[in-house]
Amino acid sequence: MRHIISILLENESGALSRVAGLFSARGYNIESLSVAPTEDPTLSRMTLVTTGNEAIVEQIKKQLNKLVDVIKLMDLTEGSHIEREMMLIKVTAKKSHREEFKRLADIFRANIIDVTSSSYVVELTGRSRKLDAFIAAVGFDHVIEVVRSGPTGISRGDKGLTL
Amino acid sequence: MRELAVELSGAEIVVRALKDEGVEYVFGYPGGAVLHLYDAIFQQQDVRHILVRHEQGATHAADGYARATGRPGVVLVTSGPGATNAVTGIATAYMDSIPMVVITGQVPSAVIGSDAFQEVDTVGITRPCVKHNFLVKRSEDIAEVVKKAFYVATTGRPGPVVIDIPKDITDPAVKIPYVYPDKVKMRSYKPVTEGHPGQIKRALEILLKAKRPVIYSGGGVVLGEASKELTTLVQETGIPITQTLMGLGSFPASDDHFIGMLGMHGSYESNMAMHETDVLLAIGARFDDRVTGKIANFCPHATIIHIDIDPASISKNVRVDVPIVGCVKTVLKELLKGLKASKKKISKDSLKDWWKQIDGWRDMKCMTYVHSDQVIKPQFAVETLHKVTDGDLYLTSDVGQHQMWAAQYYKFNKPRRWINSGGLGTMGFGLPAAMGVQLAHPDKTVGVISGEASILMCIQELATCMQYQLPLKIILLNNGYMGMVRQWQEFFYDSRYSHSYVDALPDFVKLAESFGHVGMQVENPADLEGAMQEAFAMQDRLVFMNVIVDPAENVYPMIEAGKGHHEMHLPPHLRAERELA
Repeated sequence: MRHIISILLENESGALSRVAGLFSARGYNIESLSVAPTEDPTLSRMTLVTTGNEAIVEQIKKQLNKLVDVIKLMDLTEGSHIEREMMLIKVTAKKSHREEFKRLADIFRANIIDVTSSSYVVELTGRSRKLDAFIAAVGFDHVIEVVRSGPTGISRGDKGLTL
Repeated sequence: MRELAVELSGAEIVVRALKDEGVEYVFGYPGGAVLHLYDAIFQQQDVRHILVRHEQGATHAADGYARATGRPGVVLVTSGPGATNAVTGIATAYMDSIPMVVITGQVPSAVIGSDAFQEVDTVGITRPCVKHNFLVKRSEDIAEVVKKAFYVATTGRPGPVVIDIPKDITDPAVKIPYVYPDKVKMRSYKPVTEGHPGQIKRALEILLKAKRPVIYSGGGVVLGEASKELTTLVQETGIPITQTLMGLGSFPASDDHFIGMLGMHGSYESNMAMHETDVLLAIGARFDDRVTGKIANFCPHATIIHIDIDPASISKNVRVDVPIVGCVKTVLKELLKGLKASKKKISKDSLKDWWKQIDGWRDMKCMTYVHSDQVIKPQFAVETLHKVTDGDLYLTSDVGQHQMWAAQYYKFNKPRRWINSGGLGTMGFGLPAAMGVQLAHPDKTVGVISGEASILMCIQELATCMQYQLPLKIILLNNGYMGMVRQWQEFFYDSRYSHSYVDALPDFVKLAESFGHVGMQVENPADLEGAMQEAFAMQDRLVFMNVIVDPAENVYPMIEAGKGHHEMHLPPHLRAERELA
């Protein structure tokens, strides 16, 4: 099963490689990983997407907790949560397709943020599956380049993953 | 009132912080990146530096010191090759959860990343085999980092911590105020110590209902100083106890409740008891594959209770029914309190039928071997060693057949006496580890049991032993083979002994003598006891005993990798009996 693990860790050099190293050393899957400092510059927030059966995901969480740089973590998939990923996608937009892609962007609530005579860059945010659907709708033949952030997430309700 | 801060250089701060941490010995080897540190060491008397002959030896010596005392071992090596040579010893300590602080020199901050002379990414290389590591970026941080390193290394599940210090950080020309912190503040590191009361209660209820309980205890009992509590628990309840390789000595092997080591080379009775038990109480053990055998066949009838300080050890390999995360000593105390308060009691009497079954397995006498008056049997050599030393040695070991025979036949009655590399299985561990043990306990007799293949991996440390007058007693069980490799090749590769014969061996007697020690050679079983007595009588000399043993002997019982506890191979002379049993 797919799990989204949210981690609060010390914003120190090497903290990211401790997490990444743990996954490769123990043979865990890592689908995506996104990380940036929080409002408190000494803290980083990482969102990590992994897959595995219950026992493996349990081990992953315990091993992550064991890392000295990890302060707290939370398995977002255990509760109600919001998940967002951002994509920047560059598509060919020749005459015949320009209007259609513009409409498609509107339907997906995406923004066209760069325009040339033969291409668009589209910015799109949503659940990973929505981004997949946009790529499929554009058609692989028209895709020049895809850049995805990997999902980030936050739990619903008034409780947060804080110190 | 705090005294006014003194002004010290980075190098002086490192050494001073070690002193303030109560460090007696630093095991190390100098080099370019640590010259400032060595100069600071030269100018003080409090922290004693032991010069080894290879950085691997430094880490094993510090490790041996830690295992024998419970206090952290300290290592100082230079950058690049100094650090990489130390890695084997760091990984050894990591696998067995040994508290250790390793200080590595690094090239100056300004040239980090430029492939400078003797530069290596020490923090990167050691990351997977340390509990934590630090790269010190400012001299002002040294004291706090050292304090944190010792705190992390020694608390929770212990382990090695590396502090990588660039050369400029230790510059003797730059003096800054030094204050050693009293306390550590780490928001991200808070090890649990107390077990959950509800879980302890549940464990107690299950134990009280058990008909065929077994206690399986490991190195955590030694590390957690819980020998006394464990012994009380066993003696008050009469529950049979088996121990892992790392746990030996934390319960007296001479006690009748002890049913032997378990696992791949464990006793018949312990492995059969594991297979038949209905309640398994695992204490400070980590369900290692050498212990469990095939997971699917592991304790098929048991409810499993697991006490461990490391949450990640719980249900890692084997699913546990009642996990108790906490310090083994604290949890065992609570458990004992609960037992005392309980109306229902467990006693050897109430477990009569279970003990009858165990005694039946014991009657197999799986640890017997066929004596010879022509050739020294390695088992006989260990038994003789036990006899000559009254079972009171601090005994370190290398890795292989001799290690298993020592574990099986040298009955340890006290914790911290049996010192070996269990998890990583590091050949070359024994001799340097014994140096650390001897320095920690100058008045005790320290033995090294080794093989002719293992001993050569760190043989250079014989020079260190001479320099510091460490009167170790080395018992080399010389069978001319990497015995355990040879045994597996005999069993599983149709006796194709690929590269397991150790050709071109040195004359060990002359070798020992060339380092200034006493060398002895024993080949006849009748001479062995006398020779050992002679060796152990030389209290102020290192004696290297080259004991020529039967090259064909195998370690039994044996469970093949991937088989269950009930599928043991017994020694050849007992196989017919097992068919009958």
